[in-house]
Amino acid sequence: MSDITAPTGPKLRKKRGRILGNSGLIVAATVLGLITLMAIFAPFIAPHDPYAQTLDDRLIPPAFIDAEMADPRYLLGTDNLGRDYLSRLIYGARISLLIGLLTMLVSGVIGTVLGVAAGYFGGRVDTVVSFLITTRLSLPVVMVALAVVAVAGGSLQVVVLVLGLLLWDRFAVVMRSATMQLRNLEYVAAAQSVGCSTPRILVGEILPNLIPALVVVASYEMAQAILLEAALSFLGLGVQPPLPSWGLMVAEAKEVMLFDPWVILLPGLAICVLVLAINMLGDGIRDVTAPEGRS
Amino acid sequence: MLRFTLRRLLLALVVGIAVSAIAFMLLRVSGDLAIALAGEDASPAEVERIREQYGLNRPIIVQYAEWLWRAVQGDLGRSLFYPESVANLIMSRLPVTLTLAGLGLVIALLISLPLGIIAALRRNTWVDRGALGIAVVGQAMPNFWFGLLMIFFFGLSLGWLPISGSDTWMHFVMPAITLGWFSAPVLMRLTRGGMVEVMTSDYIRTARAKGLPGRVVVLKHALRNAIIPVVALCSVQFGNMLSGSVIIETVFALQGIGYLAWEAISRRDFPVVQGILLLVALFYVILTLLADILNAWLDPRIRRG
Repeated sequence: MSDITAPTGPKLRKKRGRILGNSGLIVAATVLGLITLMAIFAPFIAPHDPYAQTLDDRLIPPAFIDAEMADPRYLLGTDNLGRDYLSRLIYGARISLLIGLLTMLVSGVIGTVLGVAAGYFGGRVDTVVSFLITTRLSLPVVMVALAVVAVAGGSLQVVVLVLGLLLWDRFAVVMRSATMQLRNLEYVAAAQSVGCSTPRILVGEILPNLIPALVVVASYEMAQAILLEAALSFLGLGVQPPLPSWGLMVAEAKEVMLFDPWVILLPGLAICVLVLAINMLGDGIRDVTAPEGRS
Repeated sequence: MLRFTLRRLLLALVVGIAVSAIAFMLLRVSGDLAIALAGEDASPAEVERIREQYGLNRPIIVQYAEWLWRAVQGDLGRSLFYPESVANLIMSRLPVTLTLAGLGLVIALLISLPLGIIAALRRNTWVDRGALGIAVVGQAMPNFWFGLLMIFFFGLSLGWLPISGSDTWMHFVMPAITLGWFSAPVLMRLTRGGMVEVMTSDYIRTARAKGLPGRVVVLKHALRNAIIPVVALCSVQFGNMLSGSVIIETVFALQGIGYLAWEAISRRDFPVVQGILLLVALFYVILTLLADILNAWLDPRIRRG
């Protein structure tokens, strides 16, 4: 991750070859694209209203679990309130993606500003930022997030804000060391010597070269945020019912797990696929942009 | 070395004070505790009475200073729910969590060391890619879901293991595997990276040239050096496990401080929440301090950096 090379002309064709040759990257991008489309067009795709309860049709299993009991109206069955599972899963993608993206933006801005400042200015700024990073790392993320949500109330905004304020550490660490390396390169020195202002150097010279590393960290943090939201909602202190958060769906399924264990499979699997796709996308981008860093 | 240790010790102290302030202030900044305690539909007079009773009407700095002064002496206040002091409550639950985290670490190492070493020795083969694949898929699973799947298979279907409680060693098997499983990938990557670097170094070539058997070279010469950063990371992972225990202990109803934290948070038992936050954060501060000193002691380059 620390190897940052500026893309140049002849490298471009080689890079395209690497993208097409990286099957993991292609698969991950396709899966993520499909999930995103599913989330955006949820109202058109979902066969049922994800909130509509049909109490006569509770806990109908999908056909691949029990063909006898299955109902063709509910492709993936229904939950213990008779809500269509497929529709809830489709709408749930909206919550995971929204929280993942927004958290990534909040934490990305905080972490990048702190990291670049520490790496570029060094000295006292670096000391303060390193102190902030160490302090943040010492805080137990799940406990802090749970406590804040308990007092502030569980809502999408609160979850995004809390996670955004907690997950900036990796951005700061990576941006700091990447900026430190860039700072001493000739073209930055050249920009300084012709009298470019500091903001102009940071935005015009440093930031563009940080983007590959930034994208990789962002993908990991987005995956992390999605997992944490699911955990918070699972523990009852995240997104509140009746919203179809996948973590919340696992918690609801847990109640009936003894008799209908299949209900815990689907939402967990959905989280797993989404997080896996995002992580593989990050790995793929890292391999394409900085293949030298791979050992 | 002494200079490095002292400087690092000072940083740990400052960070310790900062996290204590955060542990205390966090709940105050997040909302009005008096209203949270009295309930949503309490009358203003009632809220005011509670504010008075818990001393919430005084300046927050005064409240923090008083809390910290007592905390240093081992007094974290009283629980609002249990008829016990917070310190006693935490102490009675701590052994469960420490046992869990210790076992989790052992399992993480049992998974990650062999896989990491084999992946490094068989670099860029299917073994290497397979180990990496396990790590990537493993990390994508939500840990509470992994725990529930285990409860379903080994607890409900097969009936091999108890699914909740913390009375016997059997109760710790599934939670420890769950906890260890999620720490294994990062340790495995580090082991693999270290081994790859060491195995291509000159002294390993020399050892090979001397005609030493491969096993001796790998285990005695290479692993010893590759494992230094892994040992340091272990202490950090142990700290992470303490904070991760809140999810695992809730899934398995294991009566440690993680479960206590979740209970206290749900019941708004805020002296307990503050106490646990402080304790877990301080554990982490001390563990990273030890890891840094260990690293610097073993690798002189870090001291000067």
